[in-house]
Amino acid sequence: MSLIIPLEEIEEKDREQIGGKAFSLAMLSRVGMNIPEALCVKAEAYHQFITCVGLRERILLEINRKNFKEMRWEEMWDAALRIRNMFLQTPIPSEIAKELQSPIEDTFKDKAVVVRSSAPGEDSSQASFAGLHESYVNVQGTEAILEHVRLVWASLWSDAALLYRQELGLEIEKSAMAVLIQEIVNGERSGVAFGKNPNDGSQAVIEAVYGLNSGLVDGTVEPDRWILDRQTGRILSHRPARRENWVRPSTDGTHFETLPTDLSEKTPLTDDEIGRIFNHVLNAEEHFGAPQDVEWTFREDNLFILQSRPITTISSGTSEDKRPWYLSLRRSFENLKALRQKIERELIPAMVEEAERLSHKDFTALSDIQLADEIARRMDIHGRWVAIYWSDFIPFAHGMRLFGQFYNDTVKPEDPYEFMDLLGRGQLKSLERNQKLEEMASMIRKNPSLTPRLKKFETIEDEDFKRKLDEFIQQFGDLSCSIGEQTECLQGPEGILKILLKMTAHAPAKKRWSSHRLDDLTSRFLSRFKEKEEKFAAELLDLGRTSYRLRDDDNIYLGRIEREVVVTIEEGRRRIEKRCRMKLEGVDPAEIIKALRNSNYVPKKRSSTEPMKLSSELKARQIIGQPAGPGIAKGKARVILSPSDLFRFESGEILVCDAIEPNMTFIVPLSSGIVERRGGMLIHGAIIAREYGLPCVTGVPEATTQIHTGDLVTVDGFLGIVIIG
Amino acid sequence: MRVIHMEKTAQLKEFLKDLFSSQRLAVLATQSKKQPYGNLIAFMATNDLKHLLFATTRATRKYDNISKNPRIAMVVDNRSNQEADFHQAAAVTATGVVKEMVGPQKRRFQKLYLSKHPYLKEFVSSPTCALLGMDVETYYVVRQFQNVVELHIKK
Repeated sequence: MSLIIPLEEIEEKDREQIGGKAFSLAMLSRVGMNIPEALCVKAEAYHQFITCVGLRERILLEINRKNFKEMRWEEMWDAALRIRNMFLQTPIPSEIAKELQSPIEDTFKDKAVVVRSSAPGEDSSQASFAGLHESYVNVQGTEAILEHVRLVWASLWSDAALLYRQELGLEIEKSAMAVLIQEIVNGERSGVAFGKNPNDGSQAVIEAVYGLNSGLVDGTVEPDRWILDRQTGRILSHRPARRENWVRPSTDGTHFETLPTDLSEKTPLTDDEIGRIFNHVLNAEEHFGAPQDVEWTFREDNLFILQSRPITTISSGTSEDKRPWYLSLRRSFENLKALRQKIERELIPAMVEEAERLSHKDFTALSDIQLADEIARRMDIHGRWVAIYWSDFIPFAHGMRLFGQFYNDTVKPEDPYEFMDLLGRGQLKSLERNQKLEEMASMIRKNPSLTPRLKKFETIEDEDFKRKLDEFIQQFGDLSCSIGEQTECLQGPEGILKILLKMTAHAPAKKRWSSHRLDDLTSRFLSRFKEKEEKFAAELLDLGRTSYRLRDDDNIYLGRIEREVVVTIEEGRRRIEKRCRMKLEGVDPAEIIKALRNSNYVPKKRSSTEPMKLSSELKARQIIGQPAGPGIAKGKARVILSPSDLFRFESGEILVCDAIEPNMTFIVPLSSGIVERRGGMLIHGAIIAREYGLPCVTGVPEATTQIHTGDLVTVDGFLGIVIIG
Repeated sequence: MRVIHMEKTAQLKEFLKDLFSSQRLAVLATQSKKQPYGNLIAFMATNDLKHLLFATTRATRKYDNISKNPRIAMVVDNRSNQEADFHQAAAVTATGVVKEMVGPQKRRFQKLYLSKHPYLKEFVSSPTCALLGMDVETYYVVRQFQNVVELHIKK
């Protein structure tokens, strides 16, 4: 079987090998539509490639590390990133490359092309993968085209595509990818057209932008939108866009630019052109027997059809289409830049102000009922910020990912996480806090006479030390509060003093990177680019660094608000304990509020949820997670189940926890390795571990139940495994 | 007689090479404190049949056992889990001494090992993973249910 086929030679029998996208274009070309010249790399080429270079089993090993359903979205990122790097690192063997090279060279010579995915089964109306796989615009030269063919193959394993296939119950192991190589048509105006409006079956929709289509497809350029009557083609309405930007071809890919003023004032399509597009869409519908979603572009007066696929029926009722959410896993540079502005200029200042405002309010003088109202109000405020955390802060973490992908594509490092070394700048809030703790520990080291008093938690007379301690508590709280499952706080500085005493017994923990090394890495990275590209690379690096820093800082800021909730709950708890003469550990805040409002009410304790333990006959010996911080460490485990466990932490122990909460990071410098249930390489805990150069394994299911405090464990942060015993 | 014997040896060696290239997994036997211990491992035989290679991380029980006692055995077979295995299947037990590969030898053998098991690239490349080579002393080859021959490997 040949591995590549020109569009005009495609027949019905080739459909399984070339995918719906290439097949539709071949059919439209046959009925006389204007289609850019194209070749299709068959799915067989993909199969031969992954078999020949041993990628098939490597991919399957990667995605079967863990039960797919137990994987968090951040773990999916990681798996997809690692698989993508396998493709980037593995050249196409010469026997396959040879077969592809000459048709590509003969067809396109020096012409620029678009390299698009065309996965078999992708464009059926039941399983439209629209937008889930990658396309690369403006690729030039056979070598570059073949490299992008590999990237399109890799996109079969993107997190969004993996999740979607999983949801549709498709057999991931049998999926394959064909690739469409299409001459680029540098249209001046482009857009999409829906033969049938998904919201109103009697209408059709046409959207148009200036420049290339990619700006519209990824949502960075707002389109003009027309609604048409499907029967007559009459324009029912036109919603003009704020025409500010456009995407143009650049020397290597595409570029996002400001739209010239003369164009921003002009509608991109005339009524006549809208009619021409509509007719094409109806012709395509007639040919395929179903309403189509068509991408088109105008080069001068010539209308080209770039792709056509059936409109996916959005199912109603129980099975909700989650594709928009999966697609939101990919964020464009422009989108993230806007999000950064919002976070830095609006959200963080507002968060700091909120915490500040709450901390200045004296609640001790409130009556019980007023206190109940205050707790409820603060819980509301906290809930609102948690929602913002999910809607804005978490998506901003994609900045790291976007930079990572760019770095891997341009530098092609063997370690897919090498880019993380450029992101860490040691300016995280957690590290600032740990630095301040270290300063106090160093004061104690220098003045051993302080130790006996500290051990008894007696008042310290050293003015400098007292001032530092007060400043610390003012800025970061007393270290011991957390909300959610645990709402108890150790009051006062006892917790900090315990930690300080442990810190003084050892030399200070070293941070991993010197600023010198970072500067070196940065200049080496930027020197790969020229002028405009260098500016873009620097901007992307800056975005990645901000995203990395905020991944930690936002946790600390949210932690401050949490603390202000917990202190009021604590006040309520104390009052009720005094009134009922009983200890109120393990009582929900809602119960405390109830008891404050009703002086006869006795709060109910939460039914205790004993962590599931393996029976004595069964013992975990080696558990697989995700490699999140390279290195190997062996030591005694300290499993963190409640805030009080933090203060029992001994230097050199392995920290085992559900997730490193913002209020826990202060024990990281004392630990020799980290095991976390929550998975991913870009999560807060992994970032902190990496800053201290600690071996770290994340995504270990049931980490806190399978491992017990005192167990001897080995953390293999290279391979992502934990060995117990 | 001697010629016939040499032919038989050559045939047996060819048979072993074929068997080893057709099989990916072997059973490794180690021991510690008089307690034998078995593992399934991905193996590779060198062309001269002098070495059997496999990889493990250093925190495993098998690595610990090997560190204390490098004498090991390995079983490779071609059974298909059918009744016909009793007359058709062959099983080979290799005995010898194992050592960890280092330096240029490790680089050479690692390349060889990955040519058979390319999907283990991430695993084998980890600094925590050891590449081990067994210097085979004897192969015990069992065929036709009860037919057993020994092949002694010259150093």
